[in-house]
Amino acid sequence: MHVEVDVPKCVASGQCVLLAPDVFDQRDEDGLVVLVNENPPAEVHDAVRESATVCPASAIRLEES
Amino acid sequence: MSVTPTGRVVVVGASAAGLAAAETLRREGHTGTITLIGDEPTTPYDRPPLSKEILSGAWSPDRLSLRAPADLDALDLDARYGCAAIGVNVSESTVLLADGTEVPYDGLIVATGVRPRLLPGRPAQVLRTLDDALALKDRLGPGRTLAVVGAGFLGAEAASVAAGLGTHVTLLEPAPVPLANAVGEDVGRILAQVHLDHGVDLRTGTGVSEVVPGGVRLDDGSVVEADTVLVAVGSRPNTEWLTGSGLTLEDGLVCDEFCAAAPEVYGAGDVARWHNPLFDTSMRIEHRTNAAEQGMAAACNLLGAQRQFAPVPYFWSDQYDLKIRAYGHLRGHDEMRVAEGSLEERKFTAVYRTADRLTGVLSVGMPPKSTLAWRHSIALRARWQDAVPASSTGMAR
Repeated sequence: MHVEVDVPKCVASGQCVLLAPDVFDQRDEDGLVVLVNENPPAEVHDAVRESATVCPASAIRLEES
Repeated sequence: MSVTPTGRVVVVGASAAGLAAAETLRREGHTGTITLIGDEPTTPYDRPPLSKEILSGAWSPDRLSLRAPADLDALDLDARYGCAAIGVNVSESTVLLADGTEVPYDGLIVATGVRPRLLPGRPAQVLRTLDDALALKDRLGPGRTLAVVGAGFLGAEAASVAAGLGTHVTLLEPAPVPLANAVGEDVGRILAQVHLDHGVDLRTGTGVSEVVPGGVRLDDGSVVEADTVLVAVGSRPNTEWLTGSGLTLEDGLVCDEFCAAAPEVYGAGDVARWHNPLFDTSMRIEHRTNAAEQGMAAACNLLGAQRQFAPVPYFWSDQYDLKIRAYGHLRGHDEMRVAEGSLEERKFTAVYRTADRLTGVLSVGMPPKSTLAWRHSIALRARWQDAVPASSTGMAR
């Protein structure tokens, strides 16, 4: 799985950080998404998929391999 | 009360909630036909930017797509865009479409959203669809005048963008303080002052009776002139097509804590009124984050997960240079306190009490991560006296 984030779309809801904290973080100043691990391990794939679905800005895109 | 993995699921409503439901069904292994029905002729697109980046011109409409075409194709949907559902027969398990087609289902997800409330009189601009936003955008700019009726989140965002483009904006609000029922009077007063600071002619305590040629008529009979009138006085859930179906309709499709409205029938998004066990109350939420979360929850429960849908709601709003973010259920709160920062400096975190619980947090100009700690306490049903430092500035609502 390969993860991409569209930072200008991000609305800093923090939903992805709540679901997959090892993959996503937020910048301190404005809360915009920071991609910590663009190739996350299998055990967090479900959480990453859920993050992509629930992201209120549709700012997370996944390439499943 | 669940469909088999090969059963036929019909999702009515092709916006954020409907798409999230369809996507979740596939992710959870559903291989049966998924029919996605949307009354707009386009693939699913996002609405919050309509009153922000689309209205300002910062984004072109192609940025609104909720999924890339390849990702949408991968869901293998039986998509019926530009096709409204006009009825459902629950005993026969069929949905009737405007073109006369009957679509049978084993499971149904209702995600038909809301539409703008209107005012009497002449037609005016509203802001719900992409076409609405583009039509309004063409009428903004220097030398133009705009009357916005309603200073809720939508009206406030539109006023802020219009003023930023040089439009002369009059913002009319019947309540004495805008958004007081949503965020409390103290925060509402701050937001009102921000309109005034940006040259918007905000008139509170001002009801509008009708749209007239060249403006709007106020309750006192006087007329506010404007080239363009935007009506932003709230929404109505799109449930008329369910009338007579036997499903319970009360300001939305009434659902239980699992988002179920009837066996094999679930509701999600703006249209759904459900019992949120976290706050032990019935709510219907017109916020983007809830649409996706509830679409996911409805899909999982239709497949048999039997998980209560008990989210901490989230919303955000961009008004001028302010980023407003809130978690929880602020409506009907008993008390608001400033926990960090100051209202006057427009950098603050406000927390909300309902009965003896911390039920909401709203921040303006504060690091968003600091708000997540408050969200955590709300999710854990924290008692107010345990969660909120006694040194906070007390302010009764």
